[in-house]
Amino acid sequence: MSGPIKPVNQKAWWLVLPVILCVAFSAIIPLMTVVNYSVQDIISPERRVFVGVEWFMEVLRDEDLHEALFRQIQYSLSVLLIEVPLGIALALCMPAHGWKSSAVLVVVALSLLIPWNVVGTIWQIFGRADIGLLGYTLERMGVEYSYTGNATHAWITVLVMDVWHWTPLVALLAFAGLRSIPDAYYQAAQIDGASRIAVFRYIQLPKLRGVLVIAVLLRFMDSFMIYTEPFVLTGGGPGNATTFLSQYLTQKAVGQFDLGPAAAFSLIYFLIILLFSFVLYNWMQSVGTADAQEKSHG
Amino acid sequence: MALIELDLAHAYGANPQKDEDYALLPMQLRFEDGGAYALLGPSGCGKSTMLNIISGLLAPSHGTVRFDGIDVSAQSPQQRNIAQVFQFPVIYDTMTVEQNLAFPLKNRGLSPERIRQRVGEVAEMLEISHELNRRAAGLSADQKQIISLGRGLVRPDVSAVLFDEPLTVIDPHLKWKLRRKLKQIHHELRLTLIYVTHDQIEALTFADEVVVMSRGRAVQVGRPEDLFERPAHTFVGHFIGSPGMNFLPAAVDGASLKVLDVVLTHDRDLPQGDLTLGIRPEYLEIVSPQTPESVAFEVERIQDIGTYFLVACRRGDVTVKVRMGPEKSIPTAGQTVGLRLMSDRTCFYRNEELVV
Amino acid sequence: MVKKRFKKRNIFLAAYLVFALLPIYWMLNMSFKTNEEIVSSFSLWPQDFTFANYMIIFTDVSWYSGYINSLIYVLINMVISVGVALPAAYAFSRYRFLGDKHVFFWLLTNRMTPPAVFLLPFFQLYSTLGMMDTHIAVALAHLLFNVPLAVWILEGFMSGIPREIDETAYIDGYSFPRFFLQIFLPLIKAGVGVAAFFCFMFSWVELLLARTLTSVNAKPIVATMTRTVSASGMDWATLAAAGALTIVPGAIVIWFVRHYIAKGFAMGRV
Repeated sequence: MSGPIKPVNQKAWWLVLPVILCVAFSAIIPLMTVVNYSVQDIISPERRVFVGVEWFMEVLRDEDLHEALFRQIQYSLSVLLIEVPLGIALALCMPAHGWKSSAVLVVVALSLLIPWNVVGTIWQIFGRADIGLLGYTLERMGVEYSYTGNATHAWITVLVMDVWHWTPLVALLAFAGLRSIPDAYYQAAQIDGASRIAVFRYIQLPKLRGVLVIAVLLRFMDSFMIYTEPFVLTGGGPGNATTFLSQYLTQKAVGQFDLGPAAAFSLIYFLIILLFSFVLYNWMQSVGTADAQEKSHG
Repeated sequence: MALIELDLAHAYGANPQKDEDYALLPMQLRFEDGGAYALLGPSGCGKSTMLNIISGLLAPSHGTVRFDGIDVSAQSPQQRNIAQVFQFPVIYDTMTVEQNLAFPLKNRGLSPERIRQRVGEVAEMLEISHELNRRAAGLSADQKQIISLGRGLVRPDVSAVLFDEPLTVIDPHLKWKLRRKLKQIHHELRLTLIYVTHDQIEALTFADEVVVMSRGRAVQVGRPEDLFERPAHTFVGHFIGSPGMNFLPAAVDGASLKVLDVVLTHDRDLPQGDLTLGIRPEYLEIVSPQTPESVAFEVERIQDIGTYFLVACRRGDVTVKVRMGPEKSIPTAGQTVGLRLMSDRTCFYRNEELVV
Repeated sequence: MVKKRFKKRNIFLAAYLVFALLPIYWMLNMSFKTNEEIVSSFSLWPQDFTFANYMIIFTDVSWYSGYINSLIYVLINMVISVGVALPAAYAFSRYRFLGDKHVFFWLLTNRMTPPAVFLLPFFQLYSTLGMMDTHIAVALAHLLFNVPLAVWILEGFMSGIPREIDETAYIDGYSFPRFFLQIFLPLIKAGVGVAAFFCFMFSWVELLLARTLTSVNAKPIVATMTRTVSASGMDWATLAAAGALTIVPGAIVIWFVRHYIAKGFAMGRV
């Protein structure tokens, strides 16, 4: 929404109204319900007691929650650290023109359009020692691989699955960013005698900053909310080794039917993501603000 | 600094049959060491292609490029040691101005002292010494173009500096600043400069010699005055000048010359048959219609351009433009005037080529 | 030196493509085998090639209805999402108004809400409205994250169209609806395609909400697939075939928008 100055027009609200209605219906009403539950103890449908912040306190003291949060943070960090560089590297290798470009694009983007439970199923099959290529091969090589029994193996498998599933998102974003760099920059670099690494460092990476912000934010948010794929693959196990926040919340809400604490946790969950995203976004923007400030002094 | 010789053609595909298959039709050009040249022509005429072939970003499909007699057709731009300034400023955003200028020298492995000295020299010549520590990203477009230029000049042995319409994104009121800088550099460094543009003013003010191009052909090569006075091709007559040359149908039968059904005397050695008479608006004289050797026209429209007047005159279905200074008496619309078509500035063309 | 770089790049790319395709290939492989073959032997390609699993899915209504149901709510959602997003994106792109930045940000925060948070409230909401187990319920529920995305994408593409076009049309006497439909929309059709692609994608792949809000009539394929355990053990073959078929619509859609995919992922902001 930046750029030339736009005129003020309050009538534009009419254009936005349909969107607001749709999202309000899908978001505000349920959210209000959640807030409602978070401050009440619903002993029975008829008996509801206002308990203020009691659920919040209980949730924040919950040891299991702390563990799930810790696991979640580890997960999201690992995902970011692997997928961002890998995605960029992939984008650098993808052809830019011709039929090869289209073919590679389709293959790369494919994993993004697979229903998430099918992703889990694919890897569930793939990793089994009896019927899966990966499991079978590892067993033949003498590795005692079991993603259901061994916590470390489960973690690695879930991570590899996520990398397989979502790296293309980063790669496609970076690919788009790279395509927007005019040829003249590469020609000038060639004339200047720049090495391949210098071209990456001084031309490509700076120009990729915009899309990388989107990539990091999206991957952070989505990995923090992840539910289906690990659930299908490991069910959160072994034990709760791969139980991340969304699954924890679902267990609490649906499984144990602790509506109050679940609702309170939901709000906290949402706020955590909001906070992290906000901080991340501002930090990444501040790197670019230095340029903007210089421009205004120029 | 180098003498550049082109003897080439460049085709789009593998087996060129007709003229349209060529981006550059077979040609031979010579760019003297230390000369300032302009490649002038409309969009699509092949001037950027030629520039890229000279710089080495493109290899010609047929023929050679020679620098100081050596065939460099297969060499990269880096190996040819050329510098190129593009249509929009190409700088390394994350570096300071100084680092930008130092970059090509660093890549060559020069010592830090030598780099600093060289950068200082170029910065001073371009009058950007005070900006050296600023981040390049924060500068205005014209300053960035100067840095682009500086990066090209910083190498002491640069063979030629090539410009691909470098003033395109510069604000009009700043263009003169850059043009002045370019002239200054040419004067001081005596480098071979080749400048591509579609703007004739830029070309005619910058260059010692202009190569006018149209549809892959180098139509005429010459000094700005020659291009103006004696265009070798109707295209050149039309493209250069504001407005371009007037063209009228003429016919020679025996010793008589007939232009628009009026017989005029001439002292030229004209070939027989149909010709085209070309005369620039600047060189047309308006006289009274009774004057001998004049052709009668009706004044259609008078435009006041400010520093001069443009008078459009019509005879039959032929319109001719006359450029008159403000000190002359301006005719009125509808008036019948006489135009002196024959003078020593008049050119004759057959099949678009100059014959006399 | 150029040749060496060329090779390293291609090797890495090839390795990744193998990595990307191998699990999918494996599932395809299994889908053409019978259950007996799967549990008894291990081979890289079917020894006893069979279409039987796919036939089951094509002929058993409880299976193929799953695909149809999914397609129905995905398409409904796509149309609504893009439909309401277009005018809103135009407003954000062209005007400033009271609370515009806040509303825009609020829209994005909906993308940040874990769907798990909405499980129960949605369940109760749609039950109350009597809309449980309908396609429209899932389509509406998915608006939560698709509408903000569509608005964001379309706004990015619209901002790339100069205002002069709007002004010229206004001067030429076009009414706003006519201008929008006849002039503006054709100019941003790449953006519309990309927004529609993303709405399709995120709605097609989502499991949690789709499963919660449906039971029989509108049961999507993602839910149907979870019921392949029977008395004779896990029906891997049918599961694999079902899974393979879920990839087909996605592959088709990617192929159609392949020229715009990369740019679209950057939400038109590149």
